[in-house]
Amino acid sequence: MGYQSVSENSHLLSRIAAGDGHGENSSYFDGWKAYDSNPFHPVSNPGGVIQMGLAENLLCLDLIKEWIKEHPEASICTEEGLNYFEAVANFQDYHGLPSFRQALARFMGKARGGRVSFNPDSIVMSGGGTGAQETLAFCLADPGDAFLVPTPYYPAFDRDFCWRTGVRLLPINCFSSNNFKLTKAALESAYETARKNNIRVKGVLMTNPSNPLGTTMDRDTLNTLLTFVNQKRIHLICDEVFSGSVFNQADFLSVCELLDEEPSYDKSLIHIAYSLSKDLGLPGFRVGVIYSYNDTVVKCARRMSSFGLVSSQTQHLLSHMLNDDDFTSKYLAENKRRLHTRHEEFTSGLEKFGIKCLPSTAGLFIWMDLRQFLKENTENAELKLWRVIIDDVKLNVSPGSSFRCTEPGWFRVCFANMDDATMHVALKRIGDFADKVKDETTQLDDATMHVALKRIGDFADKVKDETTQLQQKKRFNKKLRLSFCRINDGGITQHLMSPHLQSPRSPLVKASH
Amino acid sequence: MVSSKAARNSHGQDSSYFLGWQEYEKNPYHPTNNPSGIIQMGLAENQLSFDQIESWLESNPDVLGLKHDGASVFRELALFQDYHGLPTFKNALAEFMAELRENKVQFDPSNIVLTAGATSANEILMFCLADPGDAFLVPTPYYPGFDRDLKWRTGAEIVPIHCSSSNNFKITKSALEEACERAQKKKLRVKGVLVTNPSNPLGTTLTRHELEILVDFICAKRIHLISDEIYSGTCFGIPEFISIAEVIGGRIDDVEDQVHIVYSLSKDLGLPGFRIGAIYSSNKAVISAATKMSSFGLISSQTQYLLAMLLSDKHFTASYISENKRRIKIRHDQLVEGLADVGIPCLESNAGLFCWVDMRHLLDKNTFTGEMELWKKIVYDVGLNVSPGSSCHCTEPGWFRVCFANMSTETLDVAMQRLASFVESGGQGEGPKGSRGLKKLMYWVRQLSLADDRTER
Repeated sequence: MGYQSVSENSHLLSRIAAGDGHGENSSYFDGWKAYDSNPFHPVSNPGGVIQMGLAENLLCLDLIKEWIKEHPEASICTEEGLNYFEAVANFQDYHGLPSFRQALARFMGKARGGRVSFNPDSIVMSGGGTGAQETLAFCLADPGDAFLVPTPYYPAFDRDFCWRTGVRLLPINCFSSNNFKLTKAALESAYETARKNNIRVKGVLMTNPSNPLGTTMDRDTLNTLLTFVNQKRIHLICDEVFSGSVFNQADFLSVCELLDEEPSYDKSLIHIAYSLSKDLGLPGFRVGVIYSYNDTVVKCARRMSSFGLVSSQTQHLLSHMLNDDDFTSKYLAENKRRLHTRHEEFTSGLEKFGIKCLPSTAGLFIWMDLRQFLKENTENAELKLWRVIIDDVKLNVSPGSSFRCTEPGWFRVCFANMDDATMHVALKRIGDFADKVKDETTQLDDATMHVALKRIGDFADKVKDETTQLQQKKRFNKKLRLSFCRINDGGITQHLMSPHLQSPRSPLVKASH
Repeated sequence: MVSSKAARNSHGQDSSYFLGWQEYEKNPYHPTNNPSGIIQMGLAENQLSFDQIESWLESNPDVLGLKHDGASVFRELALFQDYHGLPTFKNALAEFMAELRENKVQFDPSNIVLTAGATSANEILMFCLADPGDAFLVPTPYYPGFDRDLKWRTGAEIVPIHCSSSNNFKITKSALEEACERAQKKKLRVKGVLVTNPSNPLGTTLTRHELEILVDFICAKRIHLISDEIYSGTCFGIPEFISIAEVIGGRIDDVEDQVHIVYSLSKDLGLPGFRIGAIYSSNKAVISAATKMSSFGLISSQTQYLLAMLLSDKHFTASYISENKRRIKIRHDQLVEGLADVGIPCLESNAGLFCWVDMRHLLDKNTFTGEMELWKKIVYDVGLNVSPGSSCHCTEPGWFRVCFANMSTETLDVAMQRLASFVESGGQGEGPKGSRGLKKLMYWVRQLSLADDRTER
């Protein structure tokens, strides 16, 4: 009925629509497909793939649900809340509900231990963190301009920041030798590389606490960054989407605190992106925030927010919830406690198997070091190992190369999107896998060890090949191509996306079919 | 320091369309607290049927989402961010859209992309169909927000198709061709045509003849047609509303891939705050790209859930649709008759939440300056915020869009009385505000050149 292939249609579509700048056409989704086609369930599918590639926080939804039950007036669908219905349903002012902005300002301040206070008038809504990043790119840069971003970084930044805006992201390379900390030398080097290529750098984009590292920036690094952007007269976007997911409050230093401490820093260069998707575990509600100290940016971003306003029903509910001081205090404390407990259990479990993680104090994931299991120190070897983890160990984790990590062998593993029992199953599987590799290793001398490793590698290859043949009809790419290729068409590059960008098949989807 | 988009005023929000709202915000009418304030007639909102939705909510407590068939769906909703959208909602929306077209056409839910309002739907379609510098042809007069939605961040251009009162602003083949030539002279590549049907600001529906002309045109030129049908549920009179979907279904040539519909629940259901928009297209490549772009403005899952339940209730939708139209017609007739009583004609209309009012005879001069002067008198002296035709890019001065569905019957009466006094006094402004004169004129001239915050529509 009139269906044409994409290539036939592509002359009718824009370059943006016809191209691959959205980053979703990558063989990377093998992990997701493996999960989708065989999702773990403790009862109905205990041998299925466990989803550990999804940075979601399920640990505290019970607290939120409880609050909603106890506060029917916050929901416009209840008897108690119905009298708000008309005003709320009618409200489309892009300034947002004043009570909502106030509630967000309070919550954001509280997440920073009360050390920062936010002005509700500088808060702008956006369509989730995704919308916030894109809007900031539109406000701060023109097509062809670039922002520098420390590696490893959240893969969806390539879509969010670059796809429709025409802005580029250029890496600032960080290394495990200093725990992936950002250095002045790395900043300067990245800036210089851009300059040599005649690319105008408009700013730096960083995530603090970091995704995928789970670390927070120390005072020195933040000061280095602030000094750098001030000297170059460029912007700094701080994505603080995990600011409420720090296990130990004292460990998190927001860039906003340093601005207050040091008046010589130009505040008009600083912009914060935030969202309630991680800290409150509500990605479905699409609550994104832009906070800027620059009035021009606030005004422009507010006008652009028309393209992604938060549903007034959601604003109404959350303004009640986040203005409830007792609740938010208890929630933030309990969230940290549960995350900490989960993090501890997971990392100590891994340690027993001789698997180390980057020391971290925040986030919904750990940055796991599997370099010891690599056949060789290459990206290909990382991919082969990843294939084994998905197919053999049956865990969907995210390989470091998809985050542009400079060194092979690192994996991001999410731990907050499952219950305790599932986590223990995952740990056991990892343990069994590690033991198997170690047993085979310790029993052998060097030469034999190489043979053994080769066999494991061959086994992994074989498994991969078999899987590839099986899955050929399902469009699995034979060559697992996680390397990034630059397409030189106006700066739009083809990148991978971490699986948590492609949201999983929720029961709500399945239930309807 | 900031981007060009941030530094320039290309958002289009300094037009008189938005300035009038500002004046309203400063001095809003209230029957008891502020009876001499400005009455808002520049806002195309449907406030006539909230009670119907409220009573449905009262009878359906499960929609809170904590319980559904006994089990809680809260957690699933909280986590649901799949850009394919909630299947139950898309199914219900597809059926609702068909119902609005009296089931003469059916919609496939997999051809729907959910967006944050029609604002986002229109922008996404531009990103998908046009490169920066490409143009879409749009018949005048048109909704002022298109200047922002279609052009601002996309870099696309709008080339107007001039329509005139001589044939009641209908779209003609020659007008289409002439617009195309104008685009070519400006070296703009035309990628499509965008129409609003029912029309904003005219309140009329496109005839079958006009629709056929449009489809012939886009066929011949191999370009797209976007039909913004957000007022499809507001057609209260004859002729009946004909959707583009009905027209392309009956044709031999295959244009399905070039035709895209925009919809929203902001007007028909009166829920602009919930940000519910949709793109409908049979073009799989467009659906694929648009779905990915919807990530930048997904609909809140709790809102999808609420609307899925509401729209799945067929008893409700059937009675809502007919009652909504009935109330719109009553209000429309009240406005038209009130205006006729003081000798002000309207374009004959059968849809929408507004009338296209002909005040050419009240102009001091038949120019756009004359129109602005009349407009200021209406805002300040009569105390009514209406939208001047120039803000809608009308080619003829003297036309105004006047909304009638966002106020009570009593308030509409007050508005009519004020207008009557104004007309009877010879248009000299002896209304509640008194005469303002040159000072105000200078104030407005300054205002129009300032960039400032504007509230959303």
